[in-house]
Amino acid sequence: MVKYAKDRHYLPTHEWVKLEADEAIAGISDYAQHELGDVVYVELPEVGDTFAQGEAFATVESVKAASDVYMPMSGAILAINEELQDSPQLVNEDTFGRGWFIRFHPSQPDEYESLMDAKAYQEHCQEEAERGGS
Amino acid sequence: MSYVPNTDADRGVMLKAIGVESIEDLFRDIPDSLRYPQLSLPTSVSEPEILRELREISEYNVDLDHAPCFLGAGAYRHFVPSVVGHMVGRSEFYTAYTPYQPEVSQGTLQTIFEYQSMICALTGMDAANASHYDGATSLAEAVITAVSAARGKRRKVIVSAGVHPEYRAVVRTYTQGMKLTVIGDETDATDASVLAGMVDTDTACIIVQNPTFLGYLEEPAALRALADAVHAAGALFVVSADPISLGLFAPPVDYGADIVCGEGQALGGGLNFGGPYLGYFACKKQYVRKMAGRIVGQTVDRRGERGFVLTLSTREQHIRREKATSNICSNEALMALAAAVYLTAMGKTGLREVAELCYHKAHYAANRLSALPGYELLSERPFFKEFPLRCPRPVDEINDYLLNEWGIIGGYDLQRDYPALPNTMLVCVTEMNTKDEIDVLVEALPAMEEEA
Repeated sequence: MVKYAKDRHYLPTHEWVKLEADEAIAGISDYAQHELGDVVYVELPEVGDTFAQGEAFATVESVKAASDVYMPMSGAILAINEELQDSPQLVNEDTFGRGWFIRFHPSQPDEYESLMDAKAYQEHCQEEAERGGS
Repeated sequence: MSYVPNTDADRGVMLKAIGVESIEDLFRDIPDSLRYPQLSLPTSVSEPEILRELREISEYNVDLDHAPCFLGAGAYRHFVPSVVGHMVGRSEFYTAYTPYQPEVSQGTLQTIFEYQSMICALTGMDAANASHYDGATSLAEAVITAVSAARGKRRKVIVSAGVHPEYRAVVRTYTQGMKLTVIGDETDATDASVLAGMVDTDTACIIVQNPTFLGYLEEPAALRALADAVHAAGALFVVSADPISLGLFAPPVDYGADIVCGEGQALGGGLNFGGPYLGYFACKKQYVRKMAGRIVGQTVDRRGERGFVLTLSTREQHIRREKATSNICSNEALMALAAAVYLTAMGKTGLREVAELCYHKAHYAANRLSALPGYELLSERPFFKEFPLRCPRPVDEINDYLLNEWGIIGGYDLQRDYPALPNTMLVCVTEMNTKDEIDVLVEALPAMEEEA
């Protein structure tokens, strides 16, 4: 059963972002990890790197494919999830929790409202599944 | 019966579809004069006649079975045990295509895996790929790997003048358009401390060759210090090495290499008129996902039995073309097989013996040649199987004399790449050079001076 956490927003390319005070955390959605299969490697950016919304900031490699991961909101990287280096399976096991990718400082907090909420994202995923995946 | 893929009617339909009258019309942009040049070929002859004629022409060539050879400079004549030819010539290997389907390619995959394992053992690296075209392209791939490992943020590449001049040229050609700055070989100096002084936070990697193109063995402590400086700046240390030398000297991992690559032709490959050769490539584990080329991995099937697959292929161009470190994943599988069979036949002891023979024979030659009037060693630096010899006259004159009068293939004329080294011959001696051959060379050189 694919989960859609309600306390965060989503990109059509299957990244989630959650605001915490003036910081944000991002990762990939439960739908995305289901589609990817077993994650074997996650390449993360360096602390201090800055990205614009929609720019690729990470790569996730599964037994099936390697995919870029896109920045849900513009900002500067504050921390990366070091745990993923040795335990990439956390992305499959706990994608909304310990499987987080980055913590960053959003430079344009308004961008959050332009993203899909859980309900809109769930519909988006259902449409995508009906079309036969992305 | 002739094989005709389509009928006149089919062709008529196709021509009509693209709006031309005839097939000839497709070539009308090419001037008539260039379309049917006069080839002035002789009249045809029978197969035995043409074989005889071609053999007569081929016998004008000087070949290594009949001429003593002191030419090296990156392509080396080493003994190739006959088992190498027997294995490489088997049609299962000889005609095999890329092993994309592991189910039907276990033999090919296993040979590549064994080859990779042996390259790791030789270099001390954690992982090796299935090989590249040659030593020059594998070095260029090492540069791209280093730039990729730095996520493209570092744009400077420092290359020692001790690296093969053709490899340096290929690195520059290969990385055109990548906005890299390749420096470090403006002068012939290969001093590790000078190179270390060039390293900064924009440096992706520094490249040295050991033994150098001139045959010199770099001081391990100096290389270690250079590696430390490179690592302190967050860059990678790339070493290009003659694999035969690794049978005798410390593996590059011992002095801090992150990537080790080079020409593998010496491992069971003939000189082959310059190709096919073998670019070997190995690196530390943390760069494996940035490594160019194809990798074969060992696994177990669902019954728990040993098997082999192309692994980490998500890095490769056929899945992530625009993000791949390199768009070349071809490898020299047959040459890699030759290297694996060679190393297996030689074993650790045999490879060491080959290297020792090269070392001792080259030193015997250096001692005798440098004692000749007008000849001296360029420097007293330690060397492996090649050394620069200062001569009393231009090297091409000497080589013409040696070939025409004595049937000897002389050494490499260093002035071709190092203008500051006129009259300097890079002499190469391997286990294939007999003591007699060296003694004849020692006899021939003064004879030239007497005749002159």
